[in-house]
Amino acid sequence: MSEAQLKNTGTERSRSLEEIFEQRIANDEKIEPKDWMPEKYRKTHIRQISQHAHSEIVGMLPEGNWITRAPSLRRKVALLAKVQDEAGHGLYLYSACETLGISRDELYDQLHSGKAKYSSIFNYPTVTWADMGAIGWLVDGAAIINQVPLCNTSYGPYARAMIRVCKEESFHQRQGFEIMMSLCNGTEVQKQMAQDALNRWWWPSLMMLGPTDSESVHTEQSMKWKLKRKTNDELRQQFIDQTVPQADILGLTIPDPDLKWNEETGHYDFGEIDWEEFWQVVKGHGPCNKERMNARVGAWERGTWVRDAAMAYAEKQQDKKVNSAKAV
Amino acid sequence: MEKNWPLWEIFVRSKNGLEHRHFGSLHAADAEMALENARDVYTRRSEGVSIWVVESKNITASNPENNGELFEPAQDKIYRHPTFYTLPDEIKHM
Repeated sequence: MSEAQLKNTGTERSRSLEEIFEQRIANDEKIEPKDWMPEKYRKTHIRQISQHAHSEIVGMLPEGNWITRAPSLRRKVALLAKVQDEAGHGLYLYSACETLGISRDELYDQLHSGKAKYSSIFNYPTVTWADMGAIGWLVDGAAIINQVPLCNTSYGPYARAMIRVCKEESFHQRQGFEIMMSLCNGTEVQKQMAQDALNRWWWPSLMMLGPTDSESVHTEQSMKWKLKRKTNDELRQQFIDQTVPQADILGLTIPDPDLKWNEETGHYDFGEIDWEEFWQVVKGHGPCNKERMNARVGAWERGTWVRDAAMAYAEKQQDKKVNSAKAV
Repeated sequence: MEKNWPLWEIFVRSKNGLEHRHFGSLHAADAEMALENARDVYTRRSEGVSIWVVESKNITASNPENNGELFEPAQDKIYRHPTFYTLPDEIKHM
């Protein structure tokens, strides 16, 4: 066979593999790590799963700020448990991502060098205790809306990680709402604090669900691979529809003068999102991008000697075992 | 020179009477640390009563590309299933 013919058979083979692959996904079959997959599927999944893992890890930082200053022991243990869950979620997701043939070290490198992104929302500061309430209620609320459909995604390890994440996430939102509730039932100053937190977190929470559909470059392919089951705009609408009545229960005002129930569509209409701000934050110019990365990279670097010592200790123990076996 | 912690596969028995099931993986310097980390990562809400850890490199997996040769021979052996055998309707509990 000539080289051209050989090459041709190669392409044909991969085309038919790709057709079989797409068919499997269309039939709702799961794809597992050792199955053949198109390179683009692998790359897209590495990008999305790692981005998700990075968000969990960086997401610990804004809340870590308040652990030592939680107003009661009850609040402190809850916040600690929530932050620990986020570390756990990051670990589930990193290990799911590693099944695609990328190492943990490469993943960390991508985060630390700024090559990989994480959720824009974690680049906002947490300036009062009420922010712990608003984050749980709004940010975790938006995350749940985003994550529940992912329990059904086509890549097996990702879907399994997401099932575990979703099971644990609902406590996060409830503890946040409870904080808001307490503040809203408290003194006037406390209620104002809750309102101020809502004012600051509302729009970033809407942005967190991603660019509007017409601007989202990955949506179409991701829908086909069931890596996404609803578009960003659909998720955002769902989030708004479910959150507005909750704000009413709290007696807080959502900072959007254009927000209004639309009888005809059965949804809330809402005002223009400041996408310029969103892209600024994504590109690294948010209020805390630098601070977050410095904290993350610093923690990793300061931990080097601990990781090295643990490895040296493990090797020493192993040597001891081998030597004592030889002696017998 | 930094050495990376190896990868471990984690299996958890959720309660006595059930088998250990694969829960995921994690990095640890040795088996003991893998057990401790698995406790924190996979059983924060009493999901388990027993944990196994196995270094990932020690697992040999079948290749899905050979699934035909491996698994198809079982497909035409329907006589291995009870429904292959005909019984009169009067027979109950068999």
